[in-house]
Amino acid sequence: MSYTEATLQLLSPAGSIVESDTTAEYLPYIDKLSDEELREFHRVMVVTREFDLEATNLQRQGQMGLWVPSIGQEAAQVGSAFATRKQDHIFPSYREHAVAMIRGVDMLDILRMLRGLTHGGWEHAKHNNFHIYTLVLGSQTLHATGYAMGLNLDGSTATGNPETDEAVIVYFGDGATSQGDVSEALVFAASYQTPELFFLQNNQWAISVPVSTQSRTPLYLRPSGFGIPGIQIDGNDVLISYATTRKYLDEARAGGGPRFIEALTYRMGAHTSSDDPTKYRPDSEVEHWRELDPIARFETYLRGRGEGDDFFQDVATEAADYASDIRLRTLALGPPSTSMIFDTVYSEPHALVGQQKEWLANYEASFDENGAAE
Amino acid sequence: MSGIQAMPMAKALNAGLRQAMLDDPKVLLMGEDIGPLGGVFRITEGLQAEFGQNRVLDTPLAESGIVGTAIGLAMRGFRPVCEIQFDGFVYPAFDQITSQLAKMTNRHEGTLTMPIVIRIPFGGHIGAVEHHQESPEAYFAHTAGLRVVSPSNPHDAYWMIQEAIRSNDPVIFFEPKSRYWPKGDVNLDERGPELHSTQVVRAGTEVTLLGYGPMVSVLLQAAELAAEEGTSAEVIDLRSISPIDYDPIIESVRKTGRLVIAHEAPGFVSVGSEIAATVTERAFYSLEAPVLRVAGFDTPFPPAKLETTYLPDADRVLEAVDRALAY
Repeated sequence: MSYTEATLQLLSPAGSIVESDTTAEYLPYIDKLSDEELREFHRVMVVTREFDLEATNLQRQGQMGLWVPSIGQEAAQVGSAFATRKQDHIFPSYREHAVAMIRGVDMLDILRMLRGLTHGGWEHAKHNNFHIYTLVLGSQTLHATGYAMGLNLDGSTATGNPETDEAVIVYFGDGATSQGDVSEALVFAASYQTPELFFLQNNQWAISVPVSTQSRTPLYLRPSGFGIPGIQIDGNDVLISYATTRKYLDEARAGGGPRFIEALTYRMGAHTSSDDPTKYRPDSEVEHWRELDPIARFETYLRGRGEGDDFFQDVATEAADYASDIRLRTLALGPPSTSMIFDTVYSEPHALVGQQKEWLANYEASFDENGAAE
Repeated sequence: MSGIQAMPMAKALNAGLRQAMLDDPKVLLMGEDIGPLGGVFRITEGLQAEFGQNRVLDTPLAESGIVGTAIGLAMRGFRPVCEIQFDGFVYPAFDQITSQLAKMTNRHEGTLTMPIVIRIPFGGHIGAVEHHQESPEAYFAHTAGLRVVSPSNPHDAYWMIQEAIRSNDPVIFFEPKSRYWPKGDVNLDERGPELHSTQVVRAGTEVTLLGYGPMVSVLLQAAELAAEEGTSAEVIDLRSISPIDYDPIIESVRKTGRLVIAHEAPGFVSVGSEIAATVTERAFYSLEAPVLRVAGFDTPFPPAKLETTYLPDADRVLEAVDRALAY
């Protein structure tokens, strides 16, 4: 699957701005971006990728139970995340590392989760409304829709002030689109006209199954059947990701109802560290998409605007420092407390769980320091 | 409303929901056909007219969607009360209930609460078609993170629904639809027992009969018949299926030495099995007989014309009482 005439693009694979009748409505969003903001796009993409590679290394060295790489999807994530406003709520799936970084999540929290120390670990209220990862595919689309229904009900949206009106963006993948929950979320979103953007990253592979098995029509066409406008963008173009997300989220927050973006991208790495993509996809396909690497494309663009070697070198150094810092902090993580098994199953006391916590404490206390039963 | 009023459970639930909505503007009702129709059992009758479409939401026909969006609404600070139309229709929402709702507080390490009530009319005796008479409570009691309760009478229904809505944890609220219509006194001024407490509803000395929801009236009938035959039976209304308030059960078994547990749900891996195991562990030396279960058969719920054969009745309870007394 590759780009078609329908695929919106602001930055060509060669790194130059696409000026056409189609892109005219999106170009103003880019024109408003400062040089500093454009550099920031690049910086986060590079740091995220380095973080991602370091996490893969940590997994290979036995320091992580699992890793879920986001390599190749940086532009889709960085553009859309920078397009959100501070009051917006973000419901991720489990591969949105760049979005997490932009919203201020301590990336160590993601590593804690995949190291087996927690099921969640960050609180959205303290992390710029970035909600925790959801591992069951598509489940979060309903949570996001319910949240957006709540914005309508409590009047926090569509007052006419884009600086305060709230909206919701939910991330999911091509595999998830086959889940009933995603269809139900589209139904509820359409019925209640939620201030919500469905942001689909079509990375073309659901573990080993190609997107052609998930859908016989381009996925951006599916929401039209629900009464929700949808578009397809080049997911490896950070500028179109930013511009379309900004436009659609602002339309949604203004009371226009839900919107849908399919970002056509590619999972350059494995599904997870347990996967072996050489068993199901040809090297030529991977090579084709490597040529379309979102970071290289944006670097070409920035260099064309006059950005010099110093900047790119600084970013590379920062990314390497970030990776080595996160490595040290990961290795320093201690084990979780056994009381964690019990303490937050319920928010109010529950007799059975309380008794079992007490039993375990007594059981563990019954062994001496050498581990022998006393 | 005040004083003591006789009303059916359906009206008591309606009054309880109404009071909860008056007490807290964040309480929302959502479900299929619960607006102008008032639900297929009319439990929400009049509430949309009184509170408006933003408090009583007629949802699209999708159970996973109802529970999944309720989770999002709870994240936003609402207290949704979801109606699942019939017991056998809850399964499309099973993932959202067991993998999402039940685990959400734990996944957030306690920083997020999930004050959601899922009301499920359950059980037989209404002569309905397939999927409309089931008793799926064990699935939910087996899932950590959920609280599971079932009232047996109008007074408890009025107070328990309000307690469930006030709970900051998710509560699966099983309503015995065979008990929707018989009237009972509701004391609107005096709060009922705590949500998760077991209640002795008839004192006795020779055998303990334990049940919940639709089975309590059957057990009371059985106890009355047993008394006519000279056997003194104590009857316990479990009320809360998770957690279980064991102390009154153990105390009763220590006194009577015999326990018969009854429910409409199949007996295999059931609430009755669980209680039998725990009572055996905690009151072994007090037992004069094995703990016995009287349950629905381990078959699909049969066509309606066979339901009275399938469902435990007072005679089947008494048959078990006889067996317990024979040891």
